[in-house]
Amino acid sequence: MTDAVSTATRPGRPAISGVVRRLPEYLMIWVPLLFSAAHLVSFSLWTIWISFTPSTLVPVSGWVGLRNYTAVMASRNWQIAFDNLLLFGSAFVLLSLVTGLVLAILLDQRIRGENVLRSIFLYPLAVSFVVTGTVWSWLLNPGIGIQKLVHDLGWTSFRFDWLVNRDMAIWTIVIAAIWQSSGFAMALFLAGLRSVDADIIKAAQIDGAGPIRIYRRVILPTLWPITITVVVVQLQFAISAFDLVRALTNGGPGIATQLPALVVYDLMFQRGLLGRGAAAAVLMLLILLAVLLPYAAWRYFRRATHA
Amino acid sequence: MRDRTFAPSRILIYLVVSLIAAAYLAPLAVVVLNSLRTNEEIAQASMIGWPKQWAWSNYAAAWSGFCVAETCAGIRPYMLNSALVTIPATIISTMLGAIAGYAVSLWRFRGDSWIYGIVTLGLFLPQQMRLLPWTIVLRDIGLINTLAGLVLIHTIQGLSFTTLFCRNYYVAIPHELIRAARIDGAGFFRIFWRIILPLSSPILIVTVIWQFTHIWNEFLYGVTFTTGQQQPVTAALIALSAAIADIPQHGVQSAAVIIAALPTLLIYLLGGRYFVRGLTAGAVK
Repeated sequence: MTDAVSTATRPGRPAISGVVRRLPEYLMIWVPLLFSAAHLVSFSLWTIWISFTPSTLVPVSGWVGLRNYTAVMASRNWQIAFDNLLLFGSAFVLLSLVTGLVLAILLDQRIRGENVLRSIFLYPLAVSFVVTGTVWSWLLNPGIGIQKLVHDLGWTSFRFDWLVNRDMAIWTIVIAAIWQSSGFAMALFLAGLRSVDADIIKAAQIDGAGPIRIYRRVILPTLWPITITVVVVQLQFAISAFDLVRALTNGGPGIATQLPALVVYDLMFQRGLLGRGAAAAVLMLLILLAVLLPYAAWRYFRRATHA
Repeated sequence: MRDRTFAPSRILIYLVVSLIAAAYLAPLAVVVLNSLRTNEEIAQASMIGWPKQWAWSNYAAAWSGFCVAETCAGIRPYMLNSALVTIPATIISTMLGAIAGYAVSLWRFRGDSWIYGIVTLGLFLPQQMRLLPWTIVLRDIGLINTLAGLVLIHTIQGLSFTTLFCRNYYVAIPHELIRAARIDGAGFFRIFWRIILPLSSPILIVTVIWQFTHIWNEFLYGVTFTTGQQQPVTAALIALSAAIADIPQHGVQSAAVIIAALPTLLIYLLGGRYFVRGLTAGAVK
C-alpha cells in the first residue's frame, strides 16, 4: 500500500533514494517499538536464564537445572508469601468487588453530588502506594493510631492491633488495598450500569418488577464481563504488590506479611542470591500467567463468538 | 427506581453514601491535620486529632529541614529528582507513543501487528522480571544511580501504555482521511503534524496524566536503581520513616507525605475526567 502510492505519485525515482528520504520515518516508527519489544523479550529470557544458573552476587553462567526453583519453593519465606498471596488476593479481590459494586449501585440512584462522591471514591488511585501504606501504618499502629484514639476517649479495653499481630497483619494490607483501589471497580461497574439498555429496564418496570428484582434479574447479569475484567486487573495488582506492603508492614511482624514480590527483592538485592531471586520472579510470572492465560482465552473466545 | 423522591429509602442511600465517603476521606484528613500539629502534641495524644496550635513550621521542616541519612535538606531534593525523572519520561514516552500508535493504526507497515502485540505484553510483564537485566544494562551503560537511567527505564516501559492508548484512539480516525492526504503527497510526519496531532488532544491529556501519575508514584525501580541523593521522593519517604523510627516526628513526616502526594493529587483534581478515562482504557486493553 505504502509503496504503491509513493511510486504512483513519483514515477521514475530510484528506489534507493526513497529509502533514504524516508529514513527518519522508519527510524521514528521502528526504533522505539523495537527497543520496547526487544527489551520485553530479551529481559524475560535473560531473567529466565539467570534462574537456571548458580548466580549469587553476580550473574555467572552454568546450569543448575531446577535447583533454584526447588530451593525457593522449599523456603519458609516463599511458602508464607504464597499462602499470604492466596489469602490477600482472594480477600482483596472479593471485598473490593463487593465494595465497588455497592458504591456503583448507590451512585446509580440519581443522587445529588454524584460527581463529588465519585471523585472522593477515586482519589486514592492518584496517590502512590508508598503514601497509602505510610498513612495506614500510622492509623493501624495500636500505639499511635485508631486504638490509641479509642483508649484516649475512655474505652481502654478496646483492641485493634492487627498491624502487630502475626495472624491478622495480612488483613491490614487488605484494608489499605481496598481503600486504595475499590474506586477502580466502582468506576468500571458504574460505566456498566449506565450502559444497560434503558428499554429493557422500562419493559421490566412495565411488567411490574421492583427495583431490587430489576437489579438482580436484569441489570446485574449484564455486568459479568466487567466483573471478570475487574477481577483480573485486581489480581494482577495483588500478585505484584510490593510498594504497599513495603510501606505498611515491610513483610512483618517477622515474616508474617511476606508476599512474592518482597521475596524476589529480598533474594536479589538483600541476600545477593540472584539465581534464586530470578527463579522467584519467574514463579511470580507463572502465577500471573495462571490468571492471564485463561482470561486471554476467554476474551478470544468471546470475540470469536460475538463477531 | 430512578426518580427523585424523598422517601426514607433515599435518605438511607444518602446516609450510607456519606458514611462511606467520610471513610475514604478520613485518612487524608488525618494526615492533613497531623501535618499541622507539633510532634510533641502527636506524641502525647494519637495520630488522630485536631491541632491545638497550628504548626505551619512542619511544612518548612519537611521541605528543607529534616535529615534523611546524613543529609539534612528535607524532601526538596527528592521532589526535584522525581520531577526531573517524571517530566522528561512523561513527555518523551507520550510523544513516541503517539507516533508509534499512529504508525500502527493508520500508516500500517509490514510486521506492525506483531511488534504491537509484543509491545503490549509490557502491560502485563511484572517489573520483577526486568529488575536484574535493567541493573546490568544500566551499569554497563553507566546510568546506574542516575536520574537519566530512570528516565530511560520509564520511557521504554511507558511505551507499552502510551502506544496502546494512542493506537486505540487513532483506529477510530477514518482511513480515508489518511489515504486522501497521501494521494496529495503528504508524508508520514506531515500527516502526523497536520491531521493526527490536531485531533489528538483528548488522548494526549489522558496519556500524559496516566504516565505522570504512574512514574511519579513508582517506587520499585526508584529504590532499586538509585541510592541516597539520587532517589525519587517515593523511595525517600520510605528512607525517611526508617531514619526517624527511633524519634518519631509525625508532624513533619505527615507534612512530607502531603508534599509528596500533592503533584498527583492536583493533577487528579484538575483532570479527573481524563484520569478515569485512562484508568478504564488501561483496564479494558
